[in-house]
Amino acid sequence: MMADEVVNFKVTIDGIPVEVAPGTTILNAARQIGGDIVPPAMCYYSKLEGSGGKCRTCLVRVSKGSEKDPRPMPKLVASCRTTVMDGMEVQNITSPEVVEARKGVVEILLINHPLDCPICDQAGECKLQDLGYEHGSESTRYEFERRTFERIDLGDKIQLHMNRCILCYRCVYVANQLTEEREHGILYRGDHSEISTHIEKALDHDFIGNVIDVCPVGALTDKTFRFKNRVWFTKPIDAHRDCPTCSGKVTLWYKGEEVLRVTGRKDDFGEVEDFICNTCRFDTKKTSDWVLEHPTDVEKESVIGANHYESFNLPPVIKENEKLQLANAEQLQRAERLK
Amino acid sequence: MGRKLLLEHINEPGINTFAVYRQKGGYRAVEKALKTMSPDDVVEEVKKSGLRGRGGAGFPTGMKWSFLAKPEGVPRYLVCNGDESEPGTFKDRYLMTHIPHALVEGMIVSSYALGANTSYIYVRGEMMPQIRILENAIAEAKAAGFLGNNILGTGYNLEIYVQPGGGAYICGEETALLESLEGKRGNPRIKPPFPAIAGLYGCPTVVNNVESIAATVPIINDGGEEYAKIGIERSTGTKLISASGNINKPGVYEIELGVPVEEFIYSDEYCGGIANGKKLKALVAGGSSVPILPANLITKTATGNPRLMTYESLADGGFQTGSMMGSGGFIVFDEDQCIVRNTWNFARFYHHESCGQCSPCREGTGWMEKVLHKIELGHGSMEDIDLLWDIQRKIEGNTICPLGDAAAWPVAAAIRHFRDEFEWHVLNPQESQTRNYGLAHYADPLEPVVQ
Repeated sequence: MMADEVVNFKVTIDGIPVEVAPGTTILNAARQIGGDIVPPAMCYYSKLEGSGGKCRTCLVRVSKGSEKDPRPMPKLVASCRTTVMDGMEVQNITSPEVVEARKGVVEILLINHPLDCPICDQAGECKLQDLGYEHGSESTRYEFERRTFERIDLGDKIQLHMNRCILCYRCVYVANQLTEEREHGILYRGDHSEISTHIEKALDHDFIGNVIDVCPVGALTDKTFRFKNRVWFTKPIDAHRDCPTCSGKVTLWYKGEEVLRVTGRKDDFGEVEDFICNTCRFDTKKTSDWVLEHPTDVEKESVIGANHYESFNLPPVIKENEKLQLANAEQLQRAERLK
Repeated sequence: MGRKLLLEHINEPGINTFAVYRQKGGYRAVEKALKTMSPDDVVEEVKKSGLRGRGGAGFPTGMKWSFLAKPEGVPRYLVCNGDESEPGTFKDRYLMTHIPHALVEGMIVSSYALGANTSYIYVRGEMMPQIRILENAIAEAKAAGFLGNNILGTGYNLEIYVQPGGGAYICGEETALLESLEGKRGNPRIKPPFPAIAGLYGCPTVVNNVESIAATVPIINDGGEEYAKIGIERSTGTKLISASGNINKPGVYEIELGVPVEEFIYSDEYCGGIANGKKLKALVAGGSSVPILPANLITKTATGNPRLMTYESLADGGFQTGSMMGSGGFIVFDEDQCIVRNTWNFARFYHHESCGQCSPCREGTGWMEKVLHKIELGHGSMEDIDLLWDIQRKIEGNTICPLGDAAAWPVAAAIRHFRDEFEWHVLNPQESQTRNYGLAHYADPLEPVVQ
């Protein structure tokens, strides 16, 4: 039957063609290609239904709508929530407009951020830190008092630092979709919005620890790991155990012989393979609890792999395109200096 | 004297009651539509009328209706957007207060056209009296057999519910309104899908402004072609304008589209000129989110043609030298008004009303407000003006819903046209706290544009 045949759509992202199933988003099509042309995503999480569209870091330009209707889209679109059309042409890092807009979003995300990376447990695996490094400038043009909140304990294992939050809503989706009761929510609106459990009561659910894994910044951190060590001094090892509640597949973070932290196994885009239960995450921190598999694959360039930030590697396309060089002037300068 | 279609009987005592409204020819449109026309006929009539959405965007209403998906076995909804909260706009409140049956009648006709059996009027929470008035009007209409089951024996069923909002500006954005109506937090949805495909409770939905819905009544009574004869080009019919600011006669006026702006401001039939013999300095033509215009671009366009009260003429010149019709919130500024202070005030509003969902609007609106406040209080620097321009550029077009654009446009236009005044605040920090910049050169005739 013809109707059952899935005809893949041909899409071109930054000049690289890819064939994807209808209904795929631009971001996921780009992830299939991989590499430099994947737009960053701070709020989209493929395992959380309804996530995405909020942070605006994944904005891309659609320079050709589709084969049938080749008109470009008038505005930049959020690639995580825009589905591809057959023949669509997308520009990400090859569009100075996109580079400029993304730089703007990063600057705007950072104006109320406390920039307390030196004391933040997320440092080293923080998406905002990466983005700030790649797209932000070195100083801020924001000269007003930053918005602050009190720290909140979500139960005895999870710490909420609203100051660092970028309101990606991922944890809200976790609470809504993994747990039966609506425990998490957003209070207030605008730039005084805050994540809240309304009366700061403990989130009593076997899987609620996953809000830590989905948080792209250091707003939700593991209190059993808090201030124990910098992530780049710990060594990740994939391990599993026979767990009655979850898959039991985790990454153990070792310092010497001690397991400092347990997290879900994350892929290239920082998303966990399986959500793990609170027992695995917080309560089983002895090597004898686990069957060790192998050291976790860590990119050599990552902070965790290299123990420090490498100089910014420019995607080759920028070196060939004068307009893009102009749009990336600051980054180029910094790359030169760090050589 | 322009023709009045919506406010024809507004001065009739008791027009807010069913009896008087009916006596003045009310509910004829319901009888005509339900008894003699098919739903598609009604849509066709509205298309012919050229009616454009009165809420701000000016999208043709008939076309919007024809986009409504009609899958089998799925209910469709009509939702009336009565969340009017754009600063400077108060026409819907006036309509709902004084002639509520015009809206109820329009709701019945429009619901019939769309095949909706349940319709909602979402009214901003602060307008509690209007909510009560509408509820009374609906009860009266129901008692008279114009609502409920088997209306006028035609077999058409319709219930209308009034839903108070929580009083958030963002809930005037149609998808945020639908979220709020469903009982959730009023965050705009990411589009697509558009409400015409998946709106209220995931069903096909049309969201229309109060005035657009009320305007279907004269369209059905007199026919779409008759309605289209009023106005100019693609701006047909009459429009309610909420006139405010430094004018002699502020209030809600029904105008035939195409009235010259000059006549609207200065004639005794409308605003009656600038109050206290002052001079015109600036105009916000369609509610706080549209670009502000300096005096020399108000009555004439940059090409020297008279500017008219139409969608096209107000937008003539694009954002460089034009503005927008918007929702019809006509705010007039005289020579004593400070544009910097006004821009700060608008920015403060958008900062307060941003839903906080997407980053550029959440953080950017607050930043703009702080920078403007600094300049207004005489602590600004020249770089701040450029910074402000840069921030608005980074918000505009990069947000989920139009609130980001609405916050960016007034700031952009103020800097574009009144940069001198911003610079004067920077250069004269003390003087700017004691007196206003005044009219300056803003009323000077423009150099003729060379084509």
